[in-house]
Amino acid sequence: MAKDAKTMTAPVAGRPTEPTEPTAPSAPKLQLVGITKEFHTKRGTTRALSDINLTINDKEFVSLIGRSGCGKTTLLRTLAGLVNPTAGEVLIEGRSLWQGSHVDPTVVDQLGVVFQEANLFPWYSVVDNIALPLRLRGVKRKERLERACELAELVGLKGFEKSYPRELSGGMRQRVAIARALSITPKLLLMDEPFGALDALTRERMNIELQRIAAATEATVVFVTHDITEAVFLGDRIVHLTPRPGRIRQVRSVEFTRPRGIDVQTEPEFGAIVRDLRHALDEEE
Amino acid sequence: MTRGRSMRLLPWITTPLLLIAFFVAWDVFVRAFEVNELVLPRPGAVFESLGEVVRNPATWDHARVTVLETTSGFLAALVFGVVAGVVLGKVPWIERSLRPMIVASQVVPKVALIPLFVIWFGFGITSKVIMAAMLAFFPIMLNVQLGVRSVEAGQREVMRSLNAGRWQTFVHLELRSTMPYVLAGMEVGIVFAIIGTIVGEYLGGSEGLGYLVVVTLNALDAPQLFAVIILLSVIGLAMYFVVNTLKRVLIPWHESVYGQNGV
Repeated sequence: MAKDAKTMTAPVAGRPTEPTEPTAPSAPKLQLVGITKEFHTKRGTTRALSDINLTINDKEFVSLIGRSGCGKTTLLRTLAGLVNPTAGEVLIEGRSLWQGSHVDPTVVDQLGVVFQEANLFPWYSVVDNIALPLRLRGVKRKERLERACELAELVGLKGFEKSYPRELSGGMRQRVAIARALSITPKLLLMDEPFGALDALTRERMNIELQRIAAATEATVVFVTHDITEAVFLGDRIVHLTPRPGRIRQVRSVEFTRPRGIDVQTEPEFGAIVRDLRHALDEEE
Repeated sequence: MTRGRSMRLLPWITTPLLLIAFFVAWDVFVRAFEVNELVLPRPGAVFESLGEVVRNPATWDHARVTVLETTSGFLAALVFGVVAGVVLGKVPWIERSLRPMIVASQVVPKVALIPLFVIWFGFGITSKVIMAAMLAFFPIMLNVQLGVRSVEAGQREVMRSLNAGRWQTFVHLELRSTMPYVLAGMEVGIVFAIIGTIVGEYLGGSEGLGYLVVVTLNALDAPQLFAVIILLSVIGLAMYFVVNTLKRVLIPWHESVYGQNGV
């Protein structure tokens, strides 16, 4: 699976507006241009996403919130190359993710995805799970295991490298999943309610950990959640999606510098943002 | 840890005790009701006869034939069962079109076909191998089919998001995920294969432990009959043990393996 350097920088056909050097620093990390997704069923067409436009910058942490059914997961899956948009473009550092109904594998290779379930492989140990993406790319055993051990330490699993998923708690499994997504040093980390299945206390701790990990890896993160406090606590910006059809209702900036401590949640401004978003979400139903 | 350890040791203590209790009860029963030797011999007589049977080299020739028939049939069933299971699990239209046939062929009492096999393939080893294979085939195929379909959607998605190719997805996900089902099918399959072989030997031929059972029955030698049955059970147990060990080696991560140790 060696990546050819030429294909990495070759201009993508069919987009005349792009500069000849798509990886130029001027290209934002992630650009969504008019993303629309329709699902066709027997009862007709459902428009899950309607004309989503959004630009995300390097090292930015963006939270996507909305009621269930607002299309936030669909949007994230479109970014991950798992759901084909009906219209629009996903540009990662100026390069188009979708080529018709297929994904450009060299662009997908720059993504790290964490799902709601850890989805670990029970037949592999913690390090082998973390190193799996590297293994698929043909990275040598010694090298990938070294990297996996580093990442295990980064996500706070030092001492559990040889453990198997069944021996870990839910929070620890999700840490493994995060480390696995980070193993390829993705340009963009996509997280779909990664802590949704965890209890409140574990979740809080994972949020603090995630900030540390994001800072340490200088990752750009898109984080889907239905928890307003979590979204505000983590995000530089919060994108509020509204359902039927899924559209961006508002984008809120959160000015507190990252990484944030748990005490930020008692700041009046933090409370104000949470309150505003909650009202906006409550109006929807 | 001590709990897990004692749980592991438990069967090694209880099994001999239960066996002893069983044979004592048997002996007491025979003595108390003065059961005819021809109907139910005393355990002592059976063990004596077992000693003779084991010392007789002809017995081992018969045993070798039985083991050969069973393993050949089982291995054939394994190969065909895995291939058929994968195809049926992966290609829905084939499964749909063949399902009525498969259900029908499962319902057919396959043991009833043995006389037919004897006519077709003779009294030799072939008819028994085919019988063993036919009986072992279905549990293996059905388990593999189920296993192929039971690959978790979330894990598939991980492989997709990692840009994994077909072969990579097969090696790292599908194969390993299906393995427990293959082994579960094998566990049932080996038992069925032994049944197929023995019944085959009962009904036709001149070799194998099943044949030996028929001969001793005709000689009305009840103790030896029991002795041969015990020998058959031990051989069956050994074969099952081989499959079970395979499971411990191949899928140590699976709950059917680590759960057994009471962890």
